[in-house]
Amino acid sequence: MAVAARDGKAAAVRAPAAGGALTRLGRLIREVARRPAGLFGLIVICLLLVVVVAAPLVAPYSPYAQDIVHRLQGPSLHHLFGTDELGRDLLSRVIFGARIALGVAIPAVLIAMFVGLLTGLISGYLGGGTDQVAIVGMDAIQAFPAVILALALLAVLGPSLRNVVIVIGVALAPGYARVVRAMTRAAKQNQYVEAELSLGASTTRIAVHHLLPNIAAPLFILIAMDIPSAIAIEAGLAFLGLGVPPPSPSWGALLADGFSYVLISPWAIIAASAALMLTTLGFAMLGETLRDVLDPKLSGTRRRRKKR
Amino acid sequence: MLDYALRRLVMTFFVVVLIMTFLALLIQLVPGDPVRLVLGAKAPEELVQSVRHDMYLDKPVPAQVYYFFANALHGDLGVDFQSQRSVTSLIWTALPHTAILALASLALAGLLGVPLGVYAATHPGGWLDRVTAVATISLITMPAYVAGLLLLLVFSVHWSIMPATGTGNLSNPADYLKHLALPAIALAVTWIGYLARLVRTSMLEVLNERYIMAARSQGIRDRLVVYKYALRNAVIPTIAVVGVGLGTLLGGAIFVEVIFARAGLGMLIYNSIQTRNFPIVRGGVLVVALLFVAVNLLTDFVYHMVDPRIRVVS
Repeated sequence: MAVAARDGKAAAVRAPAAGGALTRLGRLIREVARRPAGLFGLIVICLLLVVVVAAPLVAPYSPYAQDIVHRLQGPSLHHLFGTDELGRDLLSRVIFGARIALGVAIPAVLIAMFVGLLTGLISGYLGGGTDQVAIVGMDAIQAFPAVILALALLAVLGPSLRNVVIVIGVALAPGYARVVRAMTRAAKQNQYVEAELSLGASTTRIAVHHLLPNIAAPLFILIAMDIPSAIAIEAGLAFLGLGVPPPSPSWGALLADGFSYVLISPWAIIAASAALMLTTLGFAMLGETLRDVLDPKLSGTRRRRKKR
Repeated sequence: MLDYALRRLVMTFFVVVLIMTFLALLIQLVPGDPVRLVLGAKAPEELVQSVRHDMYLDKPVPAQVYYFFANALHGDLGVDFQSQRSVTSLIWTALPHTAILALASLALAGLLGVPLGVYAATHPGGWLDRVTAVATISLITMPAYVAGLLLLLVFSVHWSIMPATGTGNLSNPADYLKHLALPAIALAVTWIGYLARLVRTSMLEVLNERYIMAARSQGIRDRLVVYKYALRNAVIPTIAVVGVGLGTLLGGAIFVEVIFARAGLGMLIYNSIQTRNFPIVRGGVLVVALLFVAVNLLTDFVYHMVDPRIRVVS
C-alpha cells in the first residue's frame, strides 16, 4: 500500500516534467516572498533585471553623452542624480552600470560553479591522492584574499571584461569545490548509493542521479550569496582602475570618478554607493531567505526559536 | 592533537610551495615583454638587458622559479624596477601601518559587534533585535570602499573634522590615531555586522544548554549568567572566523589605504600595479598570502585548544 502510494506520487511528479519543475519553482518563490527579507530581495532583483534589460528605455540620456557646460552638477529635474566631471548624466550611468555589474557577476559565478562542481565531485568521489591534491590547490587559491588574487592576475593579464570575469570566477571557485566535495562525501555514504554501486551502476549515473540532486540546494544558496560578492569585487577592481576599462560605467568606475572630484561634488559617490548597497543587500537577503526555506534543518531551529 | 597539527603543517607547507610557484610564474602571463612594458620602447638596450638579468628573465623558466624560492628563503624578494631599492625593505616599512590598521579594526569589530550580538540574543524577537538584524546584514554586505568613501565624504569633506589623507607619524600617537580612526572604522564595518550576527546565533544556542538552565535555577542573576557563563562559550566560534576575517581585512585594506592615502602594504601593491613594478607586486602579494596562511594556521590551533569538543572529533 505504502509502496503503491509512493509510486503513484513519483509518477505524478515525473509525468509533467517541465510543469513540475515550474510549479516547484513557483512554490519556492511564493515561500520566499512570504518573508519580509525574501520579498525585499525579490523586489530589488526584479527591479534590477528590468533596469538591465530595458536600460536604453529607462535611462534618460546616453551614459556616454558629454555636456561639459553642465559638469559636476547636483540633482535637478534635468539630471535626477546630477552629472559627473564630463557632464554625463549620473542616473543613466548608474542604470547602465547595472548591466556591467550583472554582466560580470553572473558569468563569473557560473564559471566558479562549474569549475567547483567538477573539482568537488571528482575529489570527493575519488578521495585519496586526487583529493589531497585538490585540497592543496583550493587552499592555495584561498590563501589569497579574493581581491588581491584578482588584482595580481589582472596586473599581469591586463584589464578587460573577459579577464575580469575569469579572474573573479577563479577566485570564487574553491568555495563551490569545498561544498560539493563535502556533500559528495556525505552522499556517498548513503545506503542507496551503496546499493546502486553493488548493482553495477556507473560513476556517471551515480553522480547525475544521486549526487547532483543532493547538492543542488546548497549550490543554489551559494550562488545567491556569491553574486553580491562578485559584484563587490568587480566594482572594487574598477575603483582601482583594473576593472572593465573606461568609459564603461561600472559602479566602481563611478566611485573612482567621484573620488577624484570628491571636494567638488559628492553625487557620483552617493549615486554609485546607493546602487551597490541596494543590489548587494537585495541578493544577500534573497540568499539568506533561500537558505532558511531550502535547508529544513536551519529553518526548523529558527521557527522553534521564534515561538519562545 | 599532535597528529592533527602535523598533518595541518604538512598541508600548509605544500600550499606555500604552490603559492610561491604560482607567483614566480605569474610574470610569464604578461603579454609581450614585461621589462619593455615598464621601461618603454625607447629605453636603451643595455638597460633592458640588465633589468632582465636582475629579474632572472634571461634564464629558462624552471631556473626563474628556483631563484625566486632560493632568494625568498634569504629574505630577498628582488629589487624595485625604478628606485633599485630592495623589495623586502619597502615591504618592511609599509607592513606596520597595515598591521596596525587591521588590528585596530578587528578590535573595533569585537568591541562593537560582540555586545550587539549579545543584546540581540537576549532580546529575541524584540524590535531592537529586528533592527539589528537588518542593520547587521546591511553592514555585512557593505564593501569596505563604499564605507570608506562615505566616511570620507561625511567626516573629512562635509564636516572636515577628520584628516582625509595621510598616515600620520608614529612618534606623534595622537595624530597617528586621528589618521587611523576613519580607515579603521571603514574596514571594521563588515566585521561589526558579521560578529554581531555570529555571536547572536551561537549565544542563542548556548542559552538553550542545560548548564545555563542549571545556573538560572540556582538564582544567579541573569546578567551574570549571560556574560560570565554563556558568553564564554558563545565567542568560541568567532575565533574560527577571525582567521578568515583577517583575509578579508587585508583585501579590504587595499581600498581603504588607497582612499585615505595610507602608506601601507595595500597602497604599495596598488602603486606598483599602476607602474607595472612587477617585483613589488609579486613580493607584496606573497607577504599578504603568507600572513593570511599563518594567521589561519594559528587560529586553527587556538580553536582546537580552547574547544575540547572539536579536539575529540578530529
